[in-house]
Amino acid sequence: MGLFIAQLLTGLANAGALFMVASGLSLIFGVTRIVNFAHGSFYMLGAYVGYTLMQVLPGAFGFWGAILLTGIIVGLVGVIVEIVVLRPVYRAPELFQLVATFGVILVIQDLALMIWGPQDLLGPRAPGLKGVVRILGEPVPKYDLALIGITPFVALALWWLIARTRVGILVRAATQDREMVGALGVNQSWLFTGVFFLGCALAGLGGAVQLPKGGADLLMDFNILASIFVVVVIGGMGSLPGAYLAAVLVSVLNVFGVTYLPQSTLVLMFVVMALVLMIRPYGLLGREEVAGDPGQSGEPERPIKPAGARVRLIVAAGIALLALVPLIAPPFATVLVTDILIFCLFAASLHFLLGLGGLVSFGHAAFFGGGAYTAALLVAHADSPMELALLLAPLGAGLLALIIGWICLRLTGVYFAMLTLAFAQLLWSLVYQWGDVTGGDDGLVDIWPPDWASSSTVFFYLALVLCVGGILALRHAAHAPFGYALRAARDSKRQAEATGIDTRAVQWGAFALAGAMAGLAGGLFVFAKGSVFPNELEITRSFDALIVVFLGGVKTLSGGVVGGAVFESVKDVLTRFEYWRLALGLTIIAVVILAPEGIVGSLRRLGERLGLLRAPEDGS
Amino acid sequence: MLDVMQINSFYGKAHVLRDLSLSVTTGQVVALLGRNGAGKTTTLKSIMQLVVPRSGQVRFNGTDITGWPAHRVARAGLGYVPEDRRIFGDLSVLENLEVGRQPPRQGTATWSQDALFDLFPNLAERRRNRGRDLSGGEQQMLSIARTLMGNPSCLLLDEPSEGIAPVIIEDMARAIVQLRDQGLTVLLSEQNLHFARAVSSHAVILDRGTTRYSGSFADLDADPEFRDAWLSV
Repeated sequence: MGLFIAQLLTGLANAGALFMVASGLSLIFGVTRIVNFAHGSFYMLGAYVGYTLMQVLPGAFGFWGAILLTGIIVGLVGVIVEIVVLRPVYRAPELFQLVATFGVILVIQDLALMIWGPQDLLGPRAPGLKGVVRILGEPVPKYDLALIGITPFVALALWWLIARTRVGILVRAATQDREMVGALGVNQSWLFTGVFFLGCALAGLGGAVQLPKGGADLLMDFNILASIFVVVVIGGMGSLPGAYLAAVLVSVLNVFGVTYLPQSTLVLMFVVMALVLMIRPYGLLGREEVAGDPGQSGEPERPIKPAGARVRLIVAAGIALLALVPLIAPPFATVLVTDILIFCLFAASLHFLLGLGGLVSFGHAAFFGGGAYTAALLVAHADSPMELALLLAPLGAGLLALIIGWICLRLTGVYFAMLTLAFAQLLWSLVYQWGDVTGGDDGLVDIWPPDWASSSTVFFYLALVLCVGGILALRHAAHAPFGYALRAARDSKRQAEATGIDTRAVQWGAFALAGAMAGLAGGLFVFAKGSVFPNELEITRSFDALIVVFLGGVKTLSGGVVGGAVFESVKDVLTRFEYWRLALGLTIIAVVILAPEGIVGSLRRLGERLGLLRAPEDGS
Repeated sequence: MLDVMQINSFYGKAHVLRDLSLSVTTGQVVALLGRNGAGKTTTLKSIMQLVVPRSGQVRFNGTDITGWPAHRVARAGLGYVPEDRRIFGDLSVLENLEVGRQPPRQGTATWSQDALFDLFPNLAERRRNRGRDLSGGEQQMLSIARTLMGNPSCLLLDEPSEGIAPVIIEDMARAIVQLRDQGLTVLLSEQNLHFARAVSSHAVILDRGTTRYSGSFADLDADPEFRDAWLSV
């Protein structure tokens, strides 16, 4: 009984920081409609800034003062980010802003590395709250009890701000109808900036307040990202009491998980989330999201056409040129181009889902990694030949996509995106913690192609055939009746249903097809590298693909492929620098601000302006 | 007070307003008439800069406000009541009014919550109710009251009588006449000719995004053939 209560208290204490960070994310989303991926980075920044301030400021007053000051400083950093990075792109398609916030993650990661160095920092103990208290014989840290006491006050203060003040009323009004708030004389820009300040300050506060428990390290940003998404989704987007409830639920479960089911800790959270969403699709206290139109705002879609003879000729010439690479280029270039081809197929599969299906998946890595692990496990445990493994990789990933898609497609918009992310994380946790089968963190190694395909040249041709084939198959699907139905479901679900299209079945099929193609890319990847590690399933993998699709251009058919090729090449160059994340992050932000139509879209616009391409006919 | 000069407005590629001009002088109540799709709503949105005209000018008290952000237009004294009311459903009646509150402005009446409850007695009883729980007529009243909290000198009303029970329409007409008597300038779009005639002295008739008539109702009635050509369905 004593242990049980002690653990309950630990869980409640952990919930404090989690609630603060998650409520900030929820607030920002509610008003600005931006899913702030960088929110974990502000949390990490809070830990580092708090650490430095606590070194400088003395005593108990210094400790608590440092936490408050950290909130303000991180909030101000958030304001800078909002004004510099997000303001220019509010009018761009909603999901473009995601990519911008991802750039911010990379920048903050490297800045933290520059300023505080790579080593983990041990947080200072809170003055006056150092020892433990014995409750029914079990030791409970005093600081935990302090946290349990503080969190409700933070929650209450936040509730008062939102429910009782003019600012809170404006925030709630803007959550429902931003334009109308503006038409009533409220300057939305400053409202947005204010909300961003508040949200980031909460994240910073969360980072600082957990210092005596967890310290500061460079992995904090991604580590908490999945948790806060889960909390916000379980609690219900935009609901503060929901966020508190979910933070407590997740934290307490986590503490009990560590004790009773240590292999399950990472998985548990996602299982709970999946269960909650199956019963209450909009979270415990959330209300139905009025489905926005993710990625489709702005100009109406241009109809896509099958390529004309000239374009086909150019593409054929390009492929022929590619086929010459092993003959004329040095060996390392052959390997690099193989990697690029694989990545292009992965990006094209997400683009199919996102551009044509309007289905924004944050967890596409599940299928890339799923395919990779299908192939690797077959080889490692069943001695399967490469040919069979490459055949089963897309099938395995496709099957996975059928299962995940069936659950996720019950939801739309942000909830859909979050749920896909959660499933990708679930898969990652499974692979990471099921070491006996998957090798865990050590991965599965020594998986090479058979002798006939072992030279980089032969493998290059294999990859060329499969990747180009896969991309053409996706393109073909886009122009088939299936593709028409998919686009119809994207543009107007209701009208598509009224014309007799089973939109959910069509989207399910598209989800499975995209998953299978990502799985094929994953299978090839394993044999190209000779190994696979859990990071192929990580959030960053999914984000890589998302970035690529947006950089390439969501609304253009070739966006995924072009973006993939450019991204892989740029990354290859940039990763040679020490602070490559900073460089990549700044590049991404620059592209988002300067070329919001993506590479292909911007080139096409340039071509039309120069008269090289024909603009679409006027009138509608 | 309000001069719209040869504006052209678009939705994407659709050309909705074509060289549209109209003007409203201080203290007037002007009805914007025309069939469905004539461009009445777009005209009001273009004045408010919720749709920014691609060419032409909107002048308010002599100042060119074309291209201003909507919140600046509102603060200059133009109050906008949208056609679909756009009440904040999760907020109470009082909170909806709070969103619209702006500091007092020189030269225009300063509205208080109590004054608005006198103007729309139905709202007074429902001040703690959430916006979404109100009836259509109550929402329309709340939408007008919310805009009045910004103390506008000129009110843009988009179809105030649409979708409202006939009994309430009379209340609405009475309220608008009361506002006019207090010196408020009003430009309202209307499908309901009787309602328009009851509250306004001047009419502007739109057809396919262009002004076809601008003048008094009396002159309009003098030529029934012309009137019916543009207004009858």
